[in-house]
Amino acid sequence: MQKQLAKMKQSLFDQGYLDEQFIQLEELQDDANPNFVEEVVTLYYRDSVRLVQNIEQALEKNPLDFAKLDSYMHQFKGSSSSFGAKKVKTECTQFRDHCRAGNADGCKRTFQELKKEYATLKKKLEVYFQFARQAGPVEKACRPK
Amino acid sequence: MTVGEFRVDKENYDNFPVGMRVLAVDDDLICLKLLETMLSKCQYEVTATSEARVALNMLRENKDRFDLVISDVHMPDMDGFKLLELVGLEMDLPVIMLSANNDAKLVMKGVSHGACDYLVKPVRLEELGNIWQHVIRRKKSGSRKQNNQSVDKGKDNQTSGEVNGSPSTVNRDLQNGKCNRKRKEDEDEGEDNGNDSDDPATQKKPRVVWSVELHRKFVAAVNQLGYEKEAVPKKILDLMNVGGLTRENVASHLQKYRLYLKKLPQQANMAAPLGVRDTAFMRLGSLDGGLRDYRTLAGLGRLRNTALSSSPYTMLGRLNSPANINLHNITHPSHTHQNTALARMHPVLSPSSQNPSLFQGTPSSFDASINDSGIFTGANAFTDTSNFLNSTQQSSMMLQGNSAGFRNQSSQNMASFNQEPSNGGSIIGSSNLMEPNSLLSTEPFMNSARENNLTNGHYLVNNSIENMALVSLEDARGNVNERLGGERGQNYGHTPSNNSNMFGSINTTTTHVPSNNGIVSPFNRRLDQNIGILNQKMDMFLNGGSTPMQQINDNGTSVIESRARSNENLFLEQHKLQGGFAPQNYDSLDDLVNAVFKRGDETTPNFDCGLDEFSFGQDL
Repeated sequence: MQKQLAKMKQSLFDQGYLDEQFIQLEELQDDANPNFVEEVVTLYYRDSVRLVQNIEQALEKNPLDFAKLDSYMHQFKGSSSSFGAKKVKTECTQFRDHCRAGNADGCKRTFQELKKEYATLKKKLEVYFQFARQAGPVEKACRPK
Repeated sequence: MTVGEFRVDKENYDNFPVGMRVLAVDDDLICLKLLETMLSKCQYEVTATSEARVALNMLRENKDRFDLVISDVHMPDMDGFKLLELVGLEMDLPVIMLSANNDAKLVMKGVSHGACDYLVKPVRLEELGNIWQHVIRRKKSGSRKQNNQSVDKGKDNQTSGEVNGSPSTVNRDLQNGKCNRKRKEDEDEGEDNGNDSDDPATQKKPRVVWSVELHRKFVAAVNQLGYEKEAVPKKILDLMNVGGLTRENVASHLQKYRLYLKKLPQQANMAAPLGVRDTAFMRLGSLDGGLRDYRTLAGLGRLRNTALSSSPYTMLGRLNSPANINLHNITHPSHTHQNTALARMHPVLSPSSQNPSLFQGTPSSFDASINDSGIFTGANAFTDTSNFLNSTQQSSMMLQGNSAGFRNQSSQNMASFNQEPSNGGSIIGSSNLMEPNSLLSTEPFMNSARENNLTNGHYLVNNSIENMALVSLEDARGNVNERLGGERGQNYGHTPSNNSNMFGSINTTTTHVPSNNGIVSPFNRRLDQNIGILNQKMDMFLNGGSTPMQQINDNGTSVIESRARSNENLFLEQHKLQGGFAPQNYDSLDDLVNAVFKRGDETTPNFDCGLDEFSFGQDL
């Protein structure tokens, strides 16, 4: 189980879905916060839904309010990066670049990409956490403090 | 990990960063949770909130609750920079900015707003592990910085209003590498001044100009609340009730004001409230607070005394012109206060000092009596009248006279003098009489009062005069009467000249100052009480203040007589004037006289003696 979990994690990293920040979160996990990472991710997905909706609505407007979009994206980027959602973060950055360039199409395209990554990651992490819960205690014990 | 197991003990650096109390503010829940967890991991005691307002409230509730604040830059309810500023301004806590954005401009802005550090999200645990250094750093340079800060802040505030700062401060801050409020004020280098943000709360407010009027209100509010403890910006702001003024404006102004007061010399501080000094702060301050402050008055008296005697005595000079005004002010707000103050001043004054002696003899006696009713106020009245007269000198003189022991008398005289605008000199004359007396002291008092209010002074004079009158009346009712009668008659004839003489004399001899001019000044109804009291006091005073009296006596009873006469004149004049001018206290001399006469039975021999001794009519 653990090996599987470790492998999963490794592949996520290799594929660039997650970055070092994720490890940071894991390090914060301890007896007091046994499921910390999962909690954070869950919170993220719950919280970011609203934000994603806002961005979508803003993208439907014409003309686009780039400043607002940029602001939304800033937030989104912050949240995403805080738990290590690497690909999502990358898309966010790109989106912002488009905003600054005033590239409406670019923004919309990027946002679609972003949503894809966002969803993909969610699924993967869900699986991961399932495994993690099952393998939990052992994993913690292994982790050096 | 145990969190908060160890309380932060600032003195105990061994444990220090453990348990350091951090307030984390971030609207992003994920980031906030992360931050909170990380900080806990570092063994800090964390409080987290996603709302800046909540954070501010927590901070304001208890300034010692946190050691450090970490805040996101981008927040919906309040701009992070704004929060940064407020925290620095009000609580002087180190603030670390957080942002997903590592744009150099933002970093610069953070620094210029006074942030201790600027971290880019996602934050690493290692980075958070070292943030306690900012607390230590701030503490170490705290006192020094604070002084600088306040000074600079004051300067900055002056120059740039609430939020702006001068680039120099920024530089300095940067050089020092310290988080500094100044930086905050410096806003940003080139970016938007103040807080740029869509958030109205962070919009830059127009610079507030602290006009005299505004400052006066400010000081009034501060004094009303109590400078030491209760005068917090919020309450001050509420009291002032000025539209368009923010708490921050008040806060920075309060800081400047405090600095200002600290810089004043001790006496000045005392006098300050009274408005002895001419600075805006002082004047304003004094207006509001001084009057109420006996001690200050006394102090002022002290100041005055010396001043009186010497030409440089600004107050005196001022008295001449605005004196009346001041006197009024002094007395106005608080007759009793003034009285007491005067009384106090007397004791304070030492006969030795030229003017100071004014009240020295009197104060003791007067104190007792004066507090009571109007005896002191008599002196006050004195000032009042003096104010009325326009000539502070007059008032001071009168007061002085009063203090001499004739306070009442002098006050009366003074009052009369005061009453007569034209008689600027007359009063002076009377004051001359009471050389040793405290008029001088009163004068300072008056001066201070003067500054405060014209009306007060007026009251002061009137009161004093009244008191004097009362006393004198009581004691020497007969005398008074006589004097009144005789003197008056004579005085009338003389009055103009006498007055002028008196004033003239007073003018010339500042030292003399108040002498008993105001003996007869049945200004107030108070006379009754005053007289009674005064009589007693007079005894005391006379006995006690023998020195001054003696001095006066030296001049001779004749002097007294003459003074009495002059006093009478003054009194009459005053009365006349009062009828016309006297806004306060005694409505008419006639009333007073009548009152006095009625009381006649109460005359106290002592008073008479005193009067004589004091050369009541020392010389008008």
